[in-house]
Amino acid sequence: MKQEYVYRAFERFWHWMQAALIVFLGVTGFEIHGSIRFFGFEQAVTYHNVAAVSFLVLIVFAVFWHLTTGEWRQYVPTWKNLKAQAQYYVFGIFRNAPHPTRKTVLSKLNPLQKLVYAGLKVLVIPIMVVSGLLYMFYRYPQRNQVLSLNIGSLEVIAVLHTIGAFLLVTFFIAHIYLVTTGRTVTSNLRAMITGYEELEGDPDDNKAPRVSHEPALSK
Amino acid sequence: MKRIFFSLLALGLLAGLVTTALHKKSIESTPLAQLKDRYASKAKSSVDHSMFPQLKKRFNTPQEVTAACIACHNARHTEVMHSTHWNWERTEYIEGKGIRTIGKRNALNNFCIGISGNEQSCNKCHIGFGYADAAFNFNDSLNVDCLACHDNSGTYLKAPGGAGMPDTSVDLTIVAQHVGKPQRTNCGTCHFFGGGGNNVKHGDLEKSMFDPTRDIDVHMASEGSDMQCVDCHTAEKHQMLGKMYSVSSMNRGRVECAHCHSEMPHADDVLNNHTLKVACQTCHIPTYAKVNPTKLFWDWSTAGRLKDGQPFEEKDSAGTDVYMSIKGSFVWGKNLTPDYIWFNGTASHYLIGDTLDPSRPLKLNELYGSYDDPDAKIYPVKIHRAKQIYDTEYKYLIQPKTVSTKRGDGGYWGEFDWGRAAEAGMKLVNLPYSGKYGFVQTEMYLPLNHMVSPKGKTVQCGECHTRENGRLADLGGFYLPGRNYNPWVEYLGATFLVLTLAGVLFHGSVRFIMSRRRRGS
Repeated sequence: MKQEYVYRAFERFWHWMQAALIVFLGVTGFEIHGSIRFFGFEQAVTYHNVAAVSFLVLIVFAVFWHLTTGEWRQYVPTWKNLKAQAQYYVFGIFRNAPHPTRKTVLSKLNPLQKLVYAGLKVLVIPIMVVSGLLYMFYRYPQRNQVLSLNIGSLEVIAVLHTIGAFLLVTFFIAHIYLVTTGRTVTSNLRAMITGYEELEGDPDDNKAPRVSHEPALSK
Repeated sequence: MKRIFFSLLALGLLAGLVTTALHKKSIESTPLAQLKDRYASKAKSSVDHSMFPQLKKRFNTPQEVTAACIACHNARHTEVMHSTHWNWERTEYIEGKGIRTIGKRNALNNFCIGISGNEQSCNKCHIGFGYADAAFNFNDSLNVDCLACHDNSGTYLKAPGGAGMPDTSVDLTIVAQHVGKPQRTNCGTCHFFGGGGNNVKHGDLEKSMFDPTRDIDVHMASEGSDMQCVDCHTAEKHQMLGKMYSVSSMNRGRVECAHCHSEMPHADDVLNNHTLKVACQTCHIPTYAKVNPTKLFWDWSTAGRLKDGQPFEEKDSAGTDVYMSIKGSFVWGKNLTPDYIWFNGTASHYLIGDTLDPSRPLKLNELYGSYDDPDAKIYPVKIHRAKQIYDTEYKYLIQPKTVSTKRGDGGYWGEFDWGRAAEAGMKLVNLPYSGKYGFVQTEMYLPLNHMVSPKGKTVQCGECHTRENGRLADLGGFYLPGRNYNPWVEYLGATFLVLTLAGVLFHGSVRFIMSRRRRGS
């Protein structure tokens, strides 16, 4: 076991900022949606818009960071070990079996994480951003006036935005829970706060995601 | 490099937050300040009519006053005689009916129904002298009543039942010497009392507006801008801007808030976007009939009950008429929340002689518009419902003769006989009457434009953007955030959430139990 610097400062800042913004956008958003009452509709709209703009700024920086550092490669989905990882969560985890994927600095996500995070990054977040921007900037068709975004009905935009919101809340619940499934219950959380995590194995052995140790389950 | 990156990020985030948060405050409400400024100083006329020798004399008839007016203002009467105030009709295009001349003679309403046969009483409010029947000469300029609108002495009064003639108590010399721009009192004398009493008709125009507080009407408030009717209802050559959709059907000649306030008057973009689909009045007139009640339902069918052979009236605890033998029973309301409709500025009209379907309420002036119509916006309206007389054979509304000026003329208010009133009224409008009558439900839609509340008392976002009992709960056909949702997305989304939560809890519990077991063994 060795203490490794897994999550760099920006990464951690981005992660927590994003977490806070998504929670805040969720609360204000579901208030606008009429599901809950907290700030009052008008305030909820104002806050939601401010948070949305902040989120956009954060996204721009995150995209820049991922591209320039090459960290985006962490999120490329893979079939390899996907099944083993799923089986681990269904069976192995209860028997204290080792994680089927070795976490290293250069490959810190397991195949399920890669798949889900990639889905968020290329599908859910873009849907939210695009539908959100349309929600903010659409204009109703006006006679004798050419306006930039003439959209006949808000319904499609709003429903897409709502679907995305439900997906994000679901992700949020699962994500919070999965935090506890690290080497110890709090090791993941500590890693995302401090940046450091105890990783097993040779840090130079970057690739080599291992096959499950559980032969009975590997089929 | 890292440091630069972080400072850039921090700056960017800060800039985003600050621009969004401060955006509202960066625009000062200067246009509004300018408007307040404009109406703060009241122009005083530099002409004193009391000094004119032509007016220093005794006037025996009101027509003599008109002659004196015309002697100097030598073509103004021609302007007046082209106005709807004089003609009580205008030529309009009505969808489905084509180009028609409509006005008080042929567009029946569901208050006092119509003027035909009742001119002696109704036409008290005509800006002429002696419009007592259909034979009135609209080309006689001496019958133009300049004083009804231009009296500034506050003493001019038209006689009840006098077909527009002034009351005998009026000193015409005093009035003639004190003329000027129309004041709220001039307009209100007729427009606040339409339908036969204070606030009967409009709901947003009534006697409290003679001297309103800011809470009643922010524009006309005496302690505020103290605006007069004609400050908005401006006139070019006596043709007044603005009209009522009970007698007009085209989208023209309207007074718009935007004339002064612009199309995008708010500092907040989100509010400005609303103006594309929501009329100013919708948010800025949260309640109407703020001081005195307005009539909501008029049941003519119960009229005619007599006590010892005499007509009578019943009042409620607040002193409002709830029953009158001559008119039937009424429902009134005060501090009312408007109804809301899509309205594109055009309307249809029931015109005398049109057939109707008695099985459902007849819309006397249907206001057109829908969400999909790019010209339509949400407007607040008062809906006045009634049960009024119609011919059950010919299937059209009856113009009854209500006013009775002499014995045996058939006027309902003298004889209390619907059959005779119908016969007499229909004869005057040259339509056959079958001899069989009934009562049909009718509706009139009166857009609300007055009693604009101060800024702090406007409709709040959550009053419409809410799932339950919002102001727009009944206005369908469009997606309103906070009110509408897709039931499938809602149901599946919630199920998905609950399943995830349950799965997580189950998974966690099993893990916990298993690890305890392992530790135990």
